[in-house]
Amino acid sequence: MRGGWGKEILAKVVVITSGKGGVGKTTTAAAFAAGLALRGHRTVVIDFDVGLRNLDLIMGCERRVVFDFINVINGDANLNQALIKDKRNDNLYIFPTSQTRDKDALKRDGVERVLAELTQQFDYVICDSPAGIEHGAITALYFADSAIIVTNPEVSSVRDSDRIIGILSSRSRRAERNESPPDIHLLLTRYDPARVARGEMLTVEDVKEILSIPLLGVIPESESVLRASNTGTPVTFDPDSAAGRAYLDAVARFLGEQREMRFVKPERRSFIRVLFGRA
Amino acid sequence: MAAGNFVQGALFTVIVVRAALLHDPAFARELAQQVARSPRFFRYAPVVLDLKGADGFTDAAQFGEARRALAERTLALVGVQNGEPAQVDAAAAAGLASFAPTATQPARRVPPQPAAANIPEPAPPPAALPARASARLVGEPVRSGTQIYARGTDLVVTAAVSAGAELVADGNIHVYGALRGRALAGAAGDTNARIFCARFEAELVSIAGHYLVSDQFPAELRGAAVQVVLDDDRLTVTRN
Repeated sequence: MRGGWGKEILAKVVVITSGKGGVGKTTTAAAFAAGLALRGHRTVVIDFDVGLRNLDLIMGCERRVVFDFINVINGDANLNQALIKDKRNDNLYIFPTSQTRDKDALKRDGVERVLAELTQQFDYVICDSPAGIEHGAITALYFADSAIIVTNPEVSSVRDSDRIIGILSSRSRRAERNESPPDIHLLLTRYDPARVARGEMLTVEDVKEILSIPLLGVIPESESVLRASNTGTPVTFDPDSAAGRAYLDAVARFLGEQREMRFVKPERRSFIRVLFGRA
Repeated sequence: MAAGNFVQGALFTVIVVRAALLHDPAFARELAQQVARSPRFFRYAPVVLDLKGADGFTDAAQFGEARRALAERTLALVGVQNGEPAQVDAAAAAGLASFAPTATQPARRVPPQPAAANIPEPAPPPAALPARASARLVGEPVRSGTQIYARGTDLVVTAAVSAGAELVADGNIHVYGALRGRALAGAAGDTNARIFCARFEAELVSIAGHYLVSDQFPAELRGAAVQVVLDDDRLTVTRN
């Protein structure tokens, strides 16, 4: 959004992080960015996982990557040469990272420069963080205005999420400058209400109690997520997907709207559903 | 103490180092290891040099050297004790205070420490128990991986303490919330320190180096409001 009299309203920088690996950060980054784009906001999603990049695969643009994040940081290319426009939505752009380098290539001042440019051009800058708590993850969260902590309803994921929340509160740029800290949201992913009912999985309340951060959404375990990654389509573009719909709810809540929490109760499998195999 | 409203008295815990040890390579190694194990405990920690039986140190420059050597280990040399008049004068010239002699005891070896060794080696306690500074208050949840050390005082937490977080205090520890991490009270050797919590789900509790792990807690007290007391070298957990 641009304000009046040429005054720029800078984009909000949102980091998708978790601590634990494999919980759904990249799926969420893609789904969330796509969800924001569907709502009309100019959005760019950046891959911070240097050396283990997969955002380009999940977004389906791996065959159009010429220049990447590290090229731009090093000055080998400019931003517009590296940004890839999504074919499905004009508001959505992808900023891939390097596969051949590693996270040492993420120089903080270079990242700052790139983000400064991106926040001028977009409404939302979504940062897909790598797993862990070292340089790559720290750099991804350093400039964040908001954070979405992706957590599975499982003990080690919750422990690692707690750790990364602590790090966000103390090592973000906002914390270092004594500004208001990034707002931190919980996104519970791969939630299976049937398993929760059987006592095999932590409940939403269990996780909320341990992490003490506001709940942004609950994304159900869904076969559509695997299909989405394999076809390079953010799951929010799949109209039949329960996970996709849950992500759209989460985006709505992020934008300040009220949405009831769906997909948290065990579904009664109706015959029709079984027949059409809706996941 | 007197002097009206302008000067107040206070008692502090300081580390006492025998002057003769400064040149001992074994001491240097041991000190380096201790500092590496508990960097926060030793950062800018005040040190008093015990000059009892020490030769030399009649020159301000030697104290300057001692100060630098300790500063390399992040310690702050603040004064001397048990010096001959000539040594005390030289120390003063180097800007060091003169402390009254104390009944220093040899550093107490505590029972085997937990592997992470985040319990700092207790400093030789001075003859009188130090008066407590105002308790340290933490109002935010203490996240996993966070370590809080309340030096010379009590620690009060009014939120939950996550698993994987560590609370250390020279005094008592009070948690008005769930305690799911580790709590180490009386870290400098005070056996009278206690741990209080509203919901007992700790990983480990320790008072003055004596510890119990979660496995050893009485099962019926899990989740209850308890206090942990050191009684005759044995830790007891009782309902509050």
